[in-house]
Amino acid sequence: MGRIKTIARRSFLIGSAAIVGGVAFGTYMYKRDVANPLEADLGEGAATFNPFVKIDADAVTLITPRADVGQGAYSIQAHLIAEELDVDLDTVRIEPGPPSPAYYNGVVAVEGMPIAATSETMLARTGRGAANVVGKLMGLQLTGGSTTVPDMYERLREAGAVARETLIAAAAAQTGLEAGTLRTESGAVVLPDGVRLAYTDLAATAAETPVVEEVSLRDPSTWRHLGKPHMRTDMVAKSTGTQDYGIDLRMDGMVHATTRTNPALGGGILGFDASEAEAMRGVQAVLPITGGIAVVADNTWRAFQAAQAVACDWGDTPYIGDTALQFDAVATSFVEDRQDSRFKDEGDVTEALAGADVMEAEYRIPYLAHAPLEPMSVVVKLSDGRLDIWTGTQIPRFVQAGAASVAGLEAEDVYVHVLMSGGSFGRRLEDDYVRQAVEIAMQLPDTPIQMVWQREEDMTHDFPRPLAIARARGLASDSGVQGYDLSIAAPSVAKSSLARLGQPAMGPDVAIVAGAWDQPFAIPNYRVTGYRVPAMVPVSSWRSVGASGNGFLHECFFDEMCHSAGLDPLEERLRLCTHDVSRKVLEAVGEMSNWGSDPGAGRGRGLAFVLSFGVPVAQVVEVMDTGDGIRIDKVFVAADVGRVLDPVNFEAQVTGGVVWGLGHAMNCELTYAGGVAQQDNYHAFEGMRLYQTPQIEVRGLENGTKIQGIGEPGVPPAAPALGNAIFAATGQRIREMPFSKSVDFV
Amino acid sequence: MKLTVNGKEHEVDVEDDMPLLWVLRDELGITGPKYGCGIAQCGACTVHVDGIAVRSCQLAAGDLEGEVTTIEGLGTPEAMHAVQAAWVEHQVAQCGYCQSGQIMQAASFLDLNAAPTDDQIDAAMSGNLCRCGSYPRIRAAVKTAARRLQGV
Ligand code: FES
Ligand code: FES
Repeated sequence: MGRIKTIARRSFLIGSAAIVGGVAFGTYMYKRDVANPLEADLGEGAATFNPFVKIDADAVTLITPRADVGQGAYSIQAHLIAEELDVDLDTVRIEPGPPSPAYYNGVVAVEGMPIAATSETMLARTGRGAANVVGKLMGLQLTGGSTTVPDMYERLREAGAVARETLIAAAAAQTGLEAGTLRTESGAVVLPDGVRLAYTDLAATAAETPVVEEVSLRDPSTWRHLGKPHMRTDMVAKSTGTQDYGIDLRMDGMVHATTRTNPALGGGILGFDASEAEAMRGVQAVLPITGGIAVVADNTWRAFQAAQAVACDWGDTPYIGDTALQFDAVATSFVEDRQDSRFKDEGDVTEALAGADVMEAEYRIPYLAHAPLEPMSVVVKLSDGRLDIWTGTQIPRFVQAGAASVAGLEAEDVYVHVLMSGGSFGRRLEDDYVRQAVEIAMQLPDTPIQMVWQREEDMTHDFPRPLAIARARGLASDSGVQGYDLSIAAPSVAKSSLARLGQPAMGPDVAIVAGAWDQPFAIPNYRVTGYRVPAMVPVSSWRSVGASGNGFLHECFFDEMCHSAGLDPLEERLRLCTHDVSRKVLEAVGEMSNWGSDPGAGRGRGLAFVLSFGVPVAQVVEVMDTGDGIRIDKVFVAADVGRVLDPVNFEAQVTGGVVWGLGHAMNCELTYAGGVAQQDNYHAFEGMRLYQTPQIEVRGLENGTKIQGIGEPGVPPAAPALGNAIFAATGQRIREMPFSKSVDFV
Repeated sequence: MKLTVNGKEHEVDVEDDMPLLWVLRDELGITGPKYGCGIAQCGACTVHVDGIAVRSCQLAAGDLEGEVTTIEGLGTPEAMHAVQAAWVEHQVAQCGYCQSGQIMQAASFLDLNAAPTDDQIDAAMSGNLCRCGSYPRIRAAVKTAARRLQGV
């Protein structure tokens, strides 16, 4: 026990000065002032060295606190630890860990700051440092913003190295041998004579061994897994139906529930008649919850059927409920007192764009649903003042706090068990579904309750990606783009989603202009202005957040300017590019796509470039106008994350991002009537299907100086590259999503 | 009613119109087949009835004729079916939620068409949604599985 206290108070030396490149390794002091949550229920003879590694006589357990929503977060976190700890991942346990401030995210807060990824000014560096402080002080345990790798790259390798060196020290103490003569391999300390002491057998000794404080990280040239193709840890389970999601948990005495709340968002419920539902087979209860009803039954389908049979008297939505009016609210927001930001203001745009030869265009993007394939699901059990929650979530500490407030418990009485999510795309940054389940549990204690939403409930109760309108003005001549004035009006994601987490959102919302204001181009007169539309239906982060739509708004009009002046869109971007890493990405995609060559009759190529989440990504889409519609044949992608840790998953995330970006651009929108989302299942919100999927060629470059994540940055350039390709093939300029309003797709 | 799932006989007492999906998941605890849409749009619930791929959310229990195979019956982590092995080899899954259905669809399709063309693969697999966008690898894995099944 004494030792635990010492460790908790002790600072230890960790780290490497080199973020990428592995040249200059040093160590620095890192104040370890956050308690290790693994110490709480450490058994006899078990050891933990930091919040990420626990070893007992049975197993080595690696804690991978960033949520896995399909992006491979568990696997890459485990590989980061294993690379230093020397364990084989098929022999260890991989667990997400409990909610704890120790698992704070030290980089995600940067996304809320107006700091361009390409900026290295003192202000930018200070801001990045502040994000770490904010994350740590708040104990901000959050998965999002493509931050898992940049945030965990050093922390997890350090955790592995500290554990390894402490195990070596334990082996030295146990054998009387010099630590310097020992090495580690496959979960064991190996003695000079070849005898292997398994980590699990060393656990008890290690628990009594002072943690080795000074470690240095291995040079990337010696890595065995990282940087090389390796197998994700979840592939076998996900290919054999043995991966459990929240919808799959089965417990003794478990009942099945579903909820139905007012489809007119925020309208509440005035009353309901459950008499028919209550008489249906298997129905155990129809319960009131905030804004609607819950049905508890002995089978999910019976709960679904009964929920539909409850006659509900719904209230009216308090929001602007019709999409035409919602767009009107956006269109009337380009006024001074709604100006939210002007982070980019170069040259003299007013003067430069005063002439009659200025081009103007308006672009529109719709609301979009997340619609992960697993509908919202959660299992809850409330018993004797203890609340257990099993669910996929990107925000376990907010789930814990929110559930505690609903149930009137202390946060420490709420146990959140994080599960693999069947997709998210940002949806599991919300805790609305958990709160509903807790309301059910309060009316039905001592029973495990699995709550699953019907698909229709899921799609009509999303917090969508907001709609937006862009007004663009520009001027280009044969000597180049001279002026670009882009104004974007959208509701604030930050304000809407942070309010639901009980956090204030101060200052301008970077998301309104992300992916537009921060692009590395030296246009002489260049201005990007954000306008904040007053809040309408609640909105939230959607894969690549602001950049998801702003890439389209910024890049298609740039293409328009190039074509109007007879400029080659690639050459012009290269000419204007101020960021070497981005330039190489553009050059790479030009080479991959054979840009400039004749694409053939009826065919067209479109280029787009977006730097988001610190990652420059260029894409060329090649389409064919078949006469029966547009066919997307090929997509070329070049992206630079500084260092590619898992080339196989890198490619999967980029191609997935391209399919996501293209599919929604092709045929998806969420529209509202009377506050009710009109697209309530996949027949009306289809995205891309396999027969429409192009060949996608991906190249990962490693010129960037910082390591970055790739879950999101592949999305933003896809839609504009498609729009630009359709223009190249047909001469038709599309300024509104979904594109299916303007063209047919094969 | 009686039904045979993965070679095992079960007796369940359910309404005739309960979809097979929910008989499997909530009456028998076989959770490999997933619920995604309930309206034949996503394919996550795909199982085999006498070897043929069927959307189990659309098949009423009372209409079931034949033996049911779910992903659990196709192969296990220790002894994977060739299609599952190809899925692992190509690292197809992202969130993985659609993949039980994708694999069951592919396995049945390859059973009927051992040497499919690219267009036939596209047609056969396009009823299965993948929100994560794993389609390029699904194509590749189906081709690998086809070769393996033919012993090439
Ligand atoms: S759940 Fe059956 S097709 Fe979607
Ligand atoms: S892998 Fe996520 S839906 Fe297909």
